[in-house]
Amino acid sequence: MQLAIKRILFFIGLFALWELAIWIFSIPPVILPSPTTVFSSLFESLADGSLLKDLRASFSRLLIGLSIALIIGVLLGILLAKFKTADETLGSLILALQSIPSIVWLPLAIMWFGLNEKAVIFIVVLGGTIVMTINMRTGIKNVQPLYTKAAQTMGSTGIDLFFRVILPASVPYAVTGTRLAWAFAWRALMAGELLSSGPGLGYTLKYASDFGRMDMVMAIMVVIGVIGVTVDILIFQRIEKKVMIKWGLEQKEAA
Amino acid sequence: MFLSINNVQKSFPNQGKTEQVLRDINLNIEKGEFVSLLGPSGCGKSTVLNIIAGLLRPSEGELYLDNQQITKPGNDRGMVFQQAALFPWLSVEENVMFPLKKIMKKQEARETAQKYLQLVQLSAYANHSPHELSGGMQQRVAIARALAMSPRVLLMDEPFGALDEQTRIRLHDELERIWVETKKTIIFVTHSIQEAIKLSDRIIVMGTQPGRILQDIPIDIERPREKHLQQMAQYEEQIMKLLKNEIDKVAEEELKYAVSN
Ligand SMILES: Nc1ncnc2c1ncn2[C@@H]1O[C@H](COP(=O)(O)OP(=O)(O)OP(=O)(O)O)[C@@H](O)[C@H]1O
Ligand SMILES: [Mg+2]
Repeated sequence: MQLAIKRILFFIGLFALWELAIWIFSIPPVILPSPTTVFSSLFESLADGSLLKDLRASFSRLLIGLSIALIIGVLLGILLAKFKTADETLGSLILALQSIPSIVWLPLAIMWFGLNEKAVIFIVVLGGTIVMTINMRTGIKNVQPLYTKAAQTMGSTGIDLFFRVILPASVPYAVTGTRLAWAFAWRALMAGELLSSGPGLGYTLKYASDFGRMDMVMAIMVVIGVIGVTVDILIFQRIEKKVMIKWGLEQKEAA
Repeated sequence: MFLSINNVQKSFPNQGKTEQVLRDINLNIEKGEFVSLLGPSGCGKSTVLNIIAGLLRPSEGELYLDNQQITKPGNDRGMVFQQAALFPWLSVEENVMFPLKKIMKKQEARETAQKYLQLVQLSAYANHSPHELSGGMQQRVAIARALAMSPRVLLMDEPFGALDEQTRIRLHDELERIWVETKKTIIFVTHSIQEAIKLSDRIIVMGTQPGRILQDIPIDIERPREKHLQQMAQYEEQIMKLLKNEIDKVAEEELKYAVSN
């Protein structure tokens, strides 16, 4: 509770300072819009339904891209964890790709898919797949030997052992992988939309900027940030915490 | 002979050399016997147990259970480890059902699991998650899980080693009762002399460097044994003497190692 009060006070203070600075130094709105104009254009886009439309478009791309990323990531992670040769060859390529931000693939993606939805989804898939692959691989490699030993003494081997023990034992890593994949995919989506076509949050941001509507630009930035944080905290961190406790990787906080 | 271990040797590669861990292990165990393996840390008790379980292969020698050679793990030998090793993604009951999946129908598996949870007095916790149970309760579930698949031998590697004294004493009584009720053959690894004397028909005392059998001591005390403290103390003294040399040896080795580094 105290934490919430601290945070509210902090943000009120921040906005007050911001407003004050603009008023004192008379900064023009194209350089930095004031918080009041940012919030009023936020309400405006909420009221006329354009924000909702953009959100829907962005989220549908994200869901498609993220789902594909998670499926490919899980499969690739299993492949790398289970087959040494694949790990030594394909694994090194994936580690190398990790250091390339997925957005720099956009020019190529546009050549392959055209300036459309597919190119953006491709960027989102790339953004999510690699972290998911790496986490899944680690998860499977780090299954406690005690679990596999115990299962073996109960007559479980091969495929049975894999599906009933190894895979469920690696769930905590898969959850962390999903959370990171979401974060990467969300960033990739915004970058992709910014440079591609609409509708979508990123596209509207670009559009507003072309018309010098910096209040709108910042309003959308706020939306992007709030969604990013909210989804992470409200969905992923909660699930992650529950899984960690259940899997015995983290103690319950003393009540 | 029910379980026979013939001339088992085991070496592990260690920094380029091979290190002999077990030498000339010969052991015969009768059906229904409660046998303890007792010895100082590092003498190879867990290695022997893992070889019986089939998790490790002996470098030389053979093992037979009911005249069948042991070559890999199987559900005719149940194992309980020092850590309960319950699967956190399954409920207590599902954990006990784990080994039954391939050998019986679901309903039957559930009933069997219930029966063994009753045996360890944890029926009320069937639907709990393992992390909601205390260490002692988790270990009892692990025992139920190992017994549920009706193994011919129950292997236990310091199953109560990580528990506090009171819990351990309670579980000794419980294990003894389970053993009487099920008539299982139990091979029990411990480094506690009292624990071994309290529970076993026979104690196999092991020495170290390399791991080998020093003496095979039948414990001839009526059960329940708490009433025969005098006799227990005598055995304790006898084993203590036997192990003293070994423990000195370990300490000496430590000292040499410390000096040479
Ligand atoms: N996988 C392995 N590779 C190499 N050496 C091993 C391996 N497993 C065991 N050893 C060695 O074998 C010896 C016996 O180990 P083991 O775990 O069987 O001892 P223990 O009697 O069970 O000891 P403790 O009472 O401490 O559990 C030790 O010296 C250990 O270092
Ligand atoms: Mg051991």
